[in-house]
Amino acid sequence: MTTLTENPNVAATADTHHGPAKGLKRWLYTTNHKDIGSLYLWFAFIMFLIGGAMAMVIRAELFQPGLQIVDPHFFNQMTTVHGLIMVFGAVMPAFTGLANWMIPMMIGAPDMALPRMNNFSFWILPFAFLILIMTLFMEGGGPAFGWTFYAPLSTTYSSDTTALFVFSVHIMGISSIMGAINVIVTIWNMRAPGMTWMKMPLFVWTWFITAFLLIAVMPVLAGAVTMVLTDKFFGTSFFDAAGGGDPVMFQHIFWFFGHPEVYIMILPAFGVISAIVPTFARKPLFGYASMVYATASIALLSFVVWAHHMFTTGMPLFGELFFMYCTMLISVPTGVKVFNWVATLWRGSISFEVPMLFALAFIVLFTIGGFSGLMLAITPVDFQYHDTYFVVAHFHYVLVTGAVFSIIAAAYYWLPKWTGVMYDVTLAKAHFWCSLISVNLLFFPMHFVGLAGMPRRIPDYSLQFADFNQWISIGGFAFGLSQLIFLALLIKACRKQGKPVDAKVWDGAEGLEWEVASPAPYHTFSTPPKIK
Amino acid sequence: MKLIKLFACVAIAISFVSNAADKAVEMPLNMTKGVTQISAEVYQLHMTILIICAVIGVLVFGVMFWALIHHRKSKGAKAANFHESVKVEIAWTIVPFLILIGMAIPATRTLIAMEDPSDADLTIVVTGSQWKWHYQYFEHDIDFYSVLATPREQINGRWDKGENYLLEVDKPLVIPTDKKVRFLMTSDDVIHSWWVPDFAVKKDANPGFINEAWTKVDKAGIYRGQCAELCGKDHGFMPVVVIAKEPEEFDTWLADKVEEKRKAQEEEQRLLAMNMTMEELMSEGERVYLASCASCHQPNGMGLPGVFPGLVGSPIALGDVDAHINIVINGQTGTAMPAFGKQLSKKEVAAVVTYERNAWGNNTGDLVQVKDVHEFVKRSL
Amino acid sequence: MSQQHDSQSYYVPEQSPWPIVGAFALFLIALGAGTTIAKIHQTGDPGWGKTVLIAGIVIVVLMMIGWFKDQIHESMQGMHSEQLGVSYKQGMSWFILSEVMFFMAFFGALFYARVLSVPWLGGEPNNEMTHLVLWPDFTAMWPLEKTPDGTETQAMGWTGLPLINTLILLTSSITMHMAHVGLEKNNRKQMKLFLTLTVLLGSIFLYLQVLEYVHAYRDLNLTLDAGIYGNTFFLLTGFHGMHVTVGTLFLIVILARVWCGHFSNDNHFAFMAASWYWHFVDVVWLGLFIFVYII
Ligand code: HEA
Ligand code: HEA
Ligand code: HEC
Ligand code: CUA
Ligand SMILES: [Cu+2]
Repeated sequence: MTTLTENPNVAATADTHHGPAKGLKRWLYTTNHKDIGSLYLWFAFIMFLIGGAMAMVIRAELFQPGLQIVDPHFFNQMTTVHGLIMVFGAVMPAFTGLANWMIPMMIGAPDMALPRMNNFSFWILPFAFLILIMTLFMEGGGPAFGWTFYAPLSTTYSSDTTALFVFSVHIMGISSIMGAINVIVTIWNMRAPGMTWMKMPLFVWTWFITAFLLIAVMPVLAGAVTMVLTDKFFGTSFFDAAGGGDPVMFQHIFWFFGHPEVYIMILPAFGVISAIVPTFARKPLFGYASMVYATASIALLSFVVWAHHMFTTGMPLFGELFFMYCTMLISVPTGVKVFNWVATLWRGSISFEVPMLFALAFIVLFTIGGFSGLMLAITPVDFQYHDTYFVVAHFHYVLVTGAVFSIIAAAYYWLPKWTGVMYDVTLAKAHFWCSLISVNLLFFPMHFVGLAGMPRRIPDYSLQFADFNQWISIGGFAFGLSQLIFLALLIKACRKQGKPVDAKVWDGAEGLEWEVASPAPYHTFSTPPKIK
Repeated sequence: MKLIKLFACVAIAISFVSNAADKAVEMPLNMTKGVTQISAEVYQLHMTILIICAVIGVLVFGVMFWALIHHRKSKGAKAANFHESVKVEIAWTIVPFLILIGMAIPATRTLIAMEDPSDADLTIVVTGSQWKWHYQYFEHDIDFYSVLATPREQINGRWDKGENYLLEVDKPLVIPTDKKVRFLMTSDDVIHSWWVPDFAVKKDANPGFINEAWTKVDKAGIYRGQCAELCGKDHGFMPVVVIAKEPEEFDTWLADKVEEKRKAQEEEQRLLAMNMTMEELMSEGERVYLASCASCHQPNGMGLPGVFPGLVGSPIALGDVDAHINIVINGQTGTAMPAFGKQLSKKEVAAVVTYERNAWGNNTGDLVQVKDVHEFVKRSL
Repeated sequence: MSQQHDSQSYYVPEQSPWPIVGAFALFLIALGAGTTIAKIHQTGDPGWGKTVLIAGIVIVVLMMIGWFKDQIHESMQGMHSEQLGVSYKQGMSWFILSEVMFFMAFFGALFYARVLSVPWLGGEPNNEMTHLVLWPDFTAMWPLEKTPDGTETQAMGWTGLPLINTLILLTSSITMHMAHVGLEKNNRKQMKLFLTLTVLLGSIFLYLQVLEYVHAYRDLNLTLDAGIYGNTFFLLTGFHGMHVTVGTLFLIVILARVWCGHFSNDNHFAFMAASWYWHFVDVVWLGLFIFVYII
């Protein structure tokens, strides 16, 4: 889409007048989008390991029927905090990290538009999660009401650490909103001359739209937790019928945030895949414009489907029908995306480097997750699926083999650009194959267990589910261990162990980021590049 | 090659799983067809959509893998340069849309039928509370609680697990077959969800509101389900068991229940006049405590700090007897402590209060008799 | 400052210690407030959380002073490029959008209660069983003067204080605009006068709001825990009041800067931000006045 007519000659001049500061200060005080991007990415990865370790506790407890390792109260804390950490601590910051690293480079900007705010929005995150994790060790334990914290379980019936939970969610929200503002302003205001809207790489487009979703729904989440706080501690009755409120109202407010939230976690992934597939098919992306429109339609539709999480709450029939139809509609633009990727592959000249492997796995496995999503959208059938492992299977397919796989693919795609060296490809391939096999062993059988009737969020189950759960747990441990390969690879790469790479790491790659040296200089474009 | 290897691995893994499966209790691999007309329709819908998705999947992935195999660089494929086709794009927007309409029509039809609880033959109020179900036959003067019957020893692995591990209750709900039964769902505390897969009924029990659902069971039998909304610590231990009986048998059962209730009232009258010994009260109290209270206050009376208070050395358990009886009968609004006045008989309340005042080193020596409880209730009316 | 810029190149701000200080302060505030609330709930005594909370607030204030000082300094030195100015403006407008969405959550709760949950509790439209079995004595109405569990309260009329407050806030929006016009015409006297008036009106609004709360608590039995009517009333007007407070402080800072001779008709981002914010607060009030008080 975009090519440079002139080399902006960036690498030569940029480092001369303003290199990175030294030591800890560099990271604490930084206003550099690349530093902040790296901070976000490492933070997200550490959170992924912590959230994953909690998933391992869950899987260990569910390895056999009966209560062996943890008591039910702690089990609930594990599922809750696992969900919260993975969603708010791993996937979202990872995408923000990618945005920080790549968006300025992709649009020819020197940095993010508001660099100090950028630093602030990162550094409040570790503190938010510190608070969240601290609650696990306090009297009464951490949040134990699911990542969806339905009232009144999270109000009248929760432990007093809920106040800390509420404030930590507030901070996460502030961070996301500031991050989103930064992204929008950067894209709107910092594009190099000639970088018109319809020349922007899709990753930039998807993030642009995602940022609007964030600005629109994170404040609503803040409102929801605030009402939880006042209901629990200040005597209000938003979610209590005795005072004229309704517990279901909580769910409406939560899912008004929650459903767009899941697209916040997948739209940037679409952008990543739309960057990787053309590179390794050596063919321009099929249907660029329709990709943009599809992303926008998904985002718009995401505001009118929230109650598909609430079909069993006893909504009026009219509401059930409305939300069913709207939800089903989302399959159309999402399908357009999948078809476009396949059409991009068609008659390409395809090779299978590691980022491509993850991207291809994404296309297949995300689509499987999308199909189960469509099944969940059918209200009468959702009565059977709802709150079973079928739902758990659905969202782990879209989140783990969707969002997380795309993040891993992005890392493998851009890592040489970040570090200047090619990572250990053997390890990377091992990581891919181990992950691919184990992740399916982990999540595919969940469909069957769910259909057979196993509810989610239970620490113990009846005997019929025993064998399947054992296999799921084995898949889980294997998938967890596979991620340690990734950890090793990342450490090696960040220590610059590997062959140095050229500016254009992949022969089929297009876009501004591949015009600057590898590793990308600390300041990329101190003068705007010219774009044809 | 690699992909073939992968599929081989997956296939082996799956066959392992299915081999392992037939050693133990069999698990169905698909949604149940159930025993009602609605559940059969739901199953049908599920299969239709599943198959449509599978077909689309095969087509899309088929094209994709064809490209991956035939259009790769290592085979000398040269990239084409097309990147747009309005016609194709319109086609693959419209076709899925039409497919969706095809799915939406039967789904709407089934949904409308499910949401029509009118003209029921029998109405049952189902109330969830942490962690038991209360059933009340609306037209009859009958109600009872239904609690998990699996012994703790099985859960903790000290005993072998029984066939219906975690799916058994002390008093199952009984309904007639071939009659339209309407359920009014509500809750005393948090949200629960009453679910019996064989009926395709899953409805949330929201505190302060009533949701309606209905079923009409074709076949007599025992049907098991579980609470399907996270409701706190013992959410996993809140099963639903329904026995569907032929209408005549159901009527007999109903008559027996009414008789039982009358007898229980007589028994209570009789107990008012007599005193029980410490041993009687303590052993009965321990039984009640373990069945009704231990899930929160723990079998050793220590509670879960920060969530459920311990009763060992608790000011209420050592203090005024009336306050103690009060909190058991009326609960504590705004906390998880439920009101047990409806659930426990006066004798049981007397026993459990005595037990709490004398167990685990709470040595008050107080004996609480049925008549004490009776007096308390009379006074607070 | 180390960076030299020709007019072509971008401006990238220096490193700054303030964000991390602010992050730490926010951590202290959250931790302090969380433990304080929990402790009060358990024992009625705030405990050590209070100290942490206060420390956090103090650091936040210091951080803001420091950060803004740097910012103002750089801006006065003409270091901010035109592009950065645009970024600030856009950033501020999206921030205001996020604030709007925050209020939407509470407006949503208000509408939900009025249109759905309260009528449902009263048996509408097909919830007769809810009404019959659970709340037989309850009659649906709005304002909800008697809750299902029997708490009674009176509604806040719209004609007295609220109407006056509306007029005050509307006027303040106009005076704010006049101040802005003054700035654009480089008429500093007009700017000072109208800015001062705006601050005054904002403060009067806040004072009257306090009086209204006292009236609600003392005479109407309208309290924060008086059921969904009081809940939505206090959270909406309360959060609005907090925003007015922030806006007023913001304006005071701007006023001080005006006295120091800051702002020119081509460099006045902070002034504009404050004015936008003020107009936003005003618009929210209009929504409040209509949906909370009148209808
Ligand atoms: C990244 C996250 C993500 C994504 C992308 C999605 C995508 C979708 N989700 Fe999912 N969902 C979650 C995350 C996500 N979901 C989470 C976390 C939960 C659980 C929350 C909780 O309770 O804890 C959940 C739960 C959930 C439910 C509630 C289930 C329940 O609790 O009972 C429903 C119901 O409608 C649903 C539907 C959908 C649909 C229709 C899509 C669609 O967007 C999918 C569209 C894609 C396709 C359909 C595939 C590709 C399309 C084609 C190849 C075209 C042709 C196809 C056809 C015409 C069939 N999801
Ligand atoms: C992006 C989001 C995301 C991600 C990546 C994951 C990843 C995983 N999830 Fe997660 N999950 C959710 C989001 C996510 N989940 C959400 C939102 C819920 C709902 C919560 C709720 O109900 O409220 C949920 C719930 C959930 C459940 C259901 C719990 C219940 O209902 O009771 C289960 C059960 O198996 C599970 C398992 C896993 C596993 C095994 C992984 C694995 O992919 C994790 C793999 C990673 C690691 C393991 C870390 C790396 C390894 C180490 C740290 C070394 C140690 C390793 C070993 C000891 C082997 N998850
Ligand atoms: C669902 C959980 C739950 C169950 C079941 C439960 N309790 Fe409680 N109980 C609580 C909670 C929570 C409190 C604390 C109430 C408060 O904060 O005032 C409590 C408080 C008490 C107290 C007062 C303790 C004190 O010192 O404040 C007594 C006595 C008591 N319960 C007895 C019982 C008895 C007897 C039973 C069974 C018949 C029982 N409880 C079952 C949750 C439960
Ligand atoms: Cu009751 Cu879950
Ligand atoms: Cu959704």
